[in-house]
Amino acid sequence: MDAKTHYDRTARWLHWAMAAMILALVFIGAGMVASLEARPWLIELHRPLGLLVLLLAVLRLWHRRRHPPPPLPDSVPPLQARAARASHALLYGLMFAMPLLGWAMSSAGGYPVVLPGGWVLPALAPQDAALYTWLRGAHGVLGYAFFGVILLHLSGALYHAWVRRDGVFEAMAGRR
Amino acid sequence: MSDPLPPAPPRWRPWLPFLGIAAIAGSLAAALAWTAGWLTPARVTAPRLVDTIENGKPFVGFRRAHARGVCVAGHFEPTAEGAALSKARVFTQPRTPALGRMSIGGGDPNGPEAMARVRSLALQLDTDDGQQWRLAMNSFPFFAVSTPQAFAEQILASRPDPATGKPDPAKQQAFAERHPEVLRFMAWAQSAPWSDSYANTAYHGVHAFRFTNAAGESRFVRWSFVPQAPFKDFPADQRQAAEASHLADELGARLAGGPVRWTLAVTLAEPGDPVEDPSQPWPEERTRVAAGTFVLERAYPEAEGNCRDINFDPTLLPSGIAASRDPVLAARAAAYAVSFHRRQRERAGQEAN
Repeated sequence: MDAKTHYDRTARWLHWAMAAMILALVFIGAGMVASLEARPWLIELHRPLGLLVLLLAVLRLWHRRRHPPPPLPDSVPPLQARAARASHALLYGLMFAMPLLGWAMSSAGGYPVVLPGGWVLPALAPQDAALYTWLRGAHGVLGYAFFGVILLHLSGALYHAWVRRDGVFEAMAGRR
Repeated sequence: MSDPLPPAPPRWRPWLPFLGIAAIAGSLAAALAWTAGWLTPARVTAPRLVDTIENGKPFVGFRRAHARGVCVAGHFEPTAEGAALSKARVFTQPRTPALGRMSIGGGDPNGPEAMARVRSLALQLDTDDGQQWRLAMNSFPFFAVSTPQAFAEQILASRPDPATGKPDPAKQQAFAERHPEVLRFMAWAQSAPWSDSYANTAYHGVHAFRFTNAAGESRFVRWSFVPQAPFKDFPADQRQAAEASHLADELGARLAGGPVRWTLAVTLAEPGDPVEDPSQPWPEERTRVAAGTFVLERAYPEAEGNCRDINFDPTLLPSGIAASRDPVLAARAAAYAVSFHRRQRERAGQEAN
């Protein structure tokens, strides 16, 4: 594996596993606030999965600092390169913000955050109506924003794969 | 492929990748919109059920159902028989503090308490292992209908006709024909005796839950809080004449003389008993186990930071108690969450102004 052109194996595993988890979380989240029948079991899936994403995000950022990603090829115009960097920063920010907001909004709403097996996490915020409202609103809006950024990220990746064919997509998807 | 001179690619060819990208991103977006219920306006989602309950005129800042109530506090003391049924800490801890709310059915926070057919007791039991058991119980022993969709339909059928100010009998008739289980509930509402206090009313969990004990044995149960205070009849003329805050006032006066108690009676299901249909009572002869005592010590008005800010979601359960797959129980969790979010947002807006 050439570190100058490709993400390493750990980075790729983290990327694809988290991609699947985060997409699932967005769908579970949208489904559980709409569904009349599925909310109880969906929320029991959403909570530990979200916390797992938080844990993996920490791991991923730590790994990224030790193993910097391959640079974009010079053929990428500067504006596009800046957009790519900004969207990556946004994705990282949301990977941390969403689980923390979800955890804090549960605490502010007076809900205990219980993991499977009966593990109770400490409250991340005091129980408070105004704070709950704010955090609940932010978690919902940013959830849809996260999905929007993911769609842009995916569209950009496919653009590199199918139109520019410059190896950017293969840096993360390549099977070598 | 084997042609030495392939024909020139068609002019749309360069657009193909973009079409593919748009199709993939578009499908994902459409799938999410479908999941959120945006593409299926006829589907009863949790926000739409609460919209139906509000009927365009919500009482801002209040619970969308059981809007009028009073906060209560006390504790729970288990029995060894309870601990044999469930490993939940609430059955082994000698005393568990309880926060709760007693309320009347209906969305009007100013409704006259004495006239309400439905009374409720909601509780939050906090055990020392950090877990919680939230209970939302009602004075009716079984639910009116077997699905949340039927419940939404029932609200529409019972809505007063603007011309007469009363529900349309033809609509109610049609509803009862589609959902005959409602007749049992109507018979209960007609004939069940009226007690004169929150304290001598029985409150039922209505839904089936699964208890699991320390040995890993699971069984389905339903529970009721059976009053230890003696029944006293509350005749129609007294209900008519009572103050709007009669039940809360009476409870406060009664508690000045000492605490009020209920026995937690757990009914054990036998094979074949319906565990997913809250409208079907189990046979009377089912074994009932006294699993503990709820001691109510204080009552006080709702205010910021007390029971007002608790969503008594009956699916918030400790290890040792699990929800059944009763769809009405799940719908409660969904609708209560919507109601909680809306009223807390309204409260936050009121406090900011």
